[in-house]
Amino acid sequence: MSKTETALRELAQMDELAAGDSPVHRLHPLPKLVLTVLYIVLVVSFGKYDISGIIAMLLVPVLLYQLSGIPVRTCFFKLRYVLPLVLAVGIFNPFFDKAPLLAIGQVKISGGVVSMITLMAKGILSLMASFLLMATTRLDSLCSALRKLHVPSLLVTLLLLTFRYVGLLTEEVAVMSEAYHLRAPGQKGIHISAWGSFLGQLLLRTMDRAEDLYNSMRLRGFNGDFPYAAPPRFSVRDLLVLLLGAAVLLLLRFVPVASMLGSLLVR
Amino acid sequence: MLDLQNVSVSYEKGKPVIKDLSFHINKGESVGLIGANGAGKSTLMKALLGLLPATGRILVDGMAVEKANLPAIRRRLGYVLQDSDDQMFMPTVLDDMVFGPMNYGLSRAEAEEKAAAVLARLSLSDLAGRQNHRLSGGEKRMAAIATVLAMEPDVLLMDEPTSNLDPFNRRIVINTIGSLPQTRIITSHDLDMILDCCTRVILLSDGRIAADGPAGVILRDKALLEAHRMELPLSLSRL
Repeated sequence: MSKTETALRELAQMDELAAGDSPVHRLHPLPKLVLTVLYIVLVVSFGKYDISGIIAMLLVPVLLYQLSGIPVRTCFFKLRYVLPLVLAVGIFNPFFDKAPLLAIGQVKISGGVVSMITLMAKGILSLMASFLLMATTRLDSLCSALRKLHVPSLLVTLLLLTFRYVGLLTEEVAVMSEAYHLRAPGQKGIHISAWGSFLGQLLLRTMDRAEDLYNSMRLRGFNGDFPYAAPPRFSVRDLLVLLLGAAVLLLLRFVPVASMLGSLLVR
Repeated sequence: MLDLQNVSVSYEKGKPVIKDLSFHINKGESVGLIGANGAGKSTLMKALLGLLPATGRILVDGMAVEKANLPAIRRRLGYVLQDSDDQMFMPTVLDDMVFGPMNYGLSRAEAEEKAAAVLARLSLSDLAGRQNHRLSGGEKRMAAIATVLAMEPDVLLMDEPTSNLDPFNRRIVINTIGSLPQTRIITSHDLDMILDCCTRVILLSDGRIAADGPAGVILRDKALLEAHRMELPLSLSRL
């Protein structure tokens, strides 16, 4: 299977994952969206040395991945291109912050190492939460939830089309790249001298296709709203899920659960 | 059903691609729109759908193609794109089929009922839950036609419906098109298909009507077709 086919298949697999059936899939998209955003905000808000707090936040995705039936390895596999970037964020901290912060036995660990691990953990947890949202909620349902939150129609349509556009872009890259390599045998990649025209042509071709796709949507009545993806009415149960979820997240953020458990064990 | 009066369409000012076209299409007619590349076939289709601004007057069922009428007009006109990949943008065939009806106010249950009826009529019921990206070319083309039929349009506009299909799937698509009761306007270079599916042919050349008449007459006129960079349908050229 070519790289392009693999990429297209992986994109389509997101739709297949989202079409699954589990307690997490069945949740109303609105609380899922709000709780994911809240989770990310809370994770990011931890101090740079607060590694124990972050560990407590790990409980949430671990539990939800189990409940949704989505293997964590699928998340890491799909995010394999982004994860190195996330991991690279704090990589220089140990060089700038060398003051010892804690010790494990005889080994002293500097603040830089702790802050690097904290930063990486924040990134990984945020990605895990975002992926879980995407993998358990159809994109159009998500867009519908965004519209319910009064996010402008233009932005939501842009999000939807971008997701659909990535597939077209990948296909066009594959076709053009194949055409290039058939006339440049033995050449690895695309020569730098051809980059300009390659990218220009790619942009023009994908714009044409994206326009066709958008026209096809408009011709079938699309006007920026998502009635076909409208979730069921927001019920009292959904409100309870939202409130309870928010309470748990706030508890994990502001009560030092990990430290308390640790001190219990040490006693 | 469709009435065009002195219609011109330009992409660039002063360079019309469609030049002062006038014709009328009656309800239930099946019209082949043929012409060489660049003759203006697709441009004319887009103008009919209100996707391109046009001068002159285009009436669909008595309604002028203008911004205020576009939702009503687009509900009456179903457009099958040349590239089914551009038409099938939802995860599954069923999702794609309910997309249009629900945008026009139907509930999910009502839209699914319509979709199921269309799929059953086209003998495609097994496609309903299939992922779009896993369909073959022929299945995708049939599904694209089904998505448009689910909106119950009065007029079907089809852009090259048999392009890139193998002979077997091409025949299925032709038989399906032939069985549809709607008014049909089909653009294609597949003149054999036009001969099979259409009773009337409009030959466009350089943005103007070069001929308009019964398909059996125009598609047999070798001199006329060759004068406009076309050839006799293969099935007739062998005779």
